[in-house]
Amino acid sequence: MTAVDAAGEFRKVNDDDTGEHDVGPVRKTAMWVFLGSEAIFFGAMIATFLLYRNTTNDGPGSEIFDIPFTSASSFVLLMSSLTMVLGHHAYERRDMRQTRIWLSATALLGATFLAGQIFEFTEFIHEGLKASTSPFGSAFYMLTSIHGAHVAIGVTLLLAMVILAFQGRLFPDRGLNVELVGLYWHFVDIVWIVIFTVVYLLQV
Amino acid sequence: MAEAAHTGSPTPKLYWMIALVLAVLTAIEVSVPYIDALDSVTVPLLLLLGAIKFLMVVGFFMHLKFDRPIYRNLFFIGVIGALIIFSVVLLALQAF
Repeated sequence: MTAVDAAGEFRKVNDDDTGEHDVGPVRKTAMWVFLGSEAIFFGAMIATFLLYRNTTNDGPGSEIFDIPFTSASSFVLLMSSLTMVLGHHAYERRDMRQTRIWLSATALLGATFLAGQIFEFTEFIHEGLKASTSPFGSAFYMLTSIHGAHVAIGVTLLLAMVILAFQGRLFPDRGLNVELVGLYWHFVDIVWIVIFTVVYLLQV
Repeated sequence: MAEAAHTGSPTPKLYWMIALVLAVLTAIEVSVPYIDALDSVTVPLLLLLGAIKFLMVVGFFMHLKFDRPIYRNLFFIGVIGALIIFSVVLLALQAF
C-alpha cells in the first residue's frame, strides 16, 4: 500500500494486512539503489586500474604520485563531508542561515578538491604521464577523472541548493532534496577514500 | 517527512568527533607506507584503515546506522557486488 507523506513523496507504508515493509520515500530508496550501482561501477574501475598498475610502457608510474599533496586534497574532501552533514542537520532544524553557510562551505571545499586534481593532472602531464602514454596512464586518468566528474556534478548540485536557499526557495517540505544531495556527496567522499588507499597509498 | 524515520540521529558534536577521528586515521594512513617496521603489514593495515573510514562515513554521515534497514541492504548489495567483480577480475586475470 502506498501513501503520500508531508513532503509529497510516495512511500510504501507498513501494513499488517498486506505484510509489506516500510521502504521510505521512493526517491530516497531510488538514490540508495543508484549509489549501490555506482559502487559496482567504481569497483570495476578500480579493478581495471589494479590490472594495469604495472604496465607503464617504460613511462612514468606510481613513483610520480605526490602523496603529501594528495593527502591534503583527501583531507579537504573528507572535511567537506563534515560540512555537508552539518548543513543537512541545520536544514532539519530549519536554520536557513546555517544551512546556507555549511552548503556553501561544502561547495567551496569540493571546488578546492577539483582545483587540486586539475593541478595534479597538469603536473603529471608535465612529467610525461598522459592517458595515451600507457595502460597505467589510461586506467589512472579514467578512474580519477570519472571520480572528478562526480565531484563536479556534486558541486553543481550544491550550488543549486545554495542559490535556492538564498532565494528562499528551499522549502521545508523539500527537505529530501538536501538529504539526497548529501547522500550523493558523501558517496563521492567514500569512493575517494577507497581510491586514495588503493590507487595512491598501496602503490607507494 | 523522511527525517522522521531517523531514530537517535547524531548531534553536531558527534559529527565533529567523527571528523576528528577520520582526520587522525587519514594521518596514520599516510604515514604507514613510510614506516619500515610496518612493511610486512602495510597492505592489510591500509585496507583496514580505509574500511574503518568508509564505514564511519556511511554509518554516521550518511545515517545508515540510524536509518531504515532497507537502505543499508540496498547499498551493501552494491558494495558486495563491487567486491565480487573486483575479486573475480583480479583473480581471473591473475593480477595478484
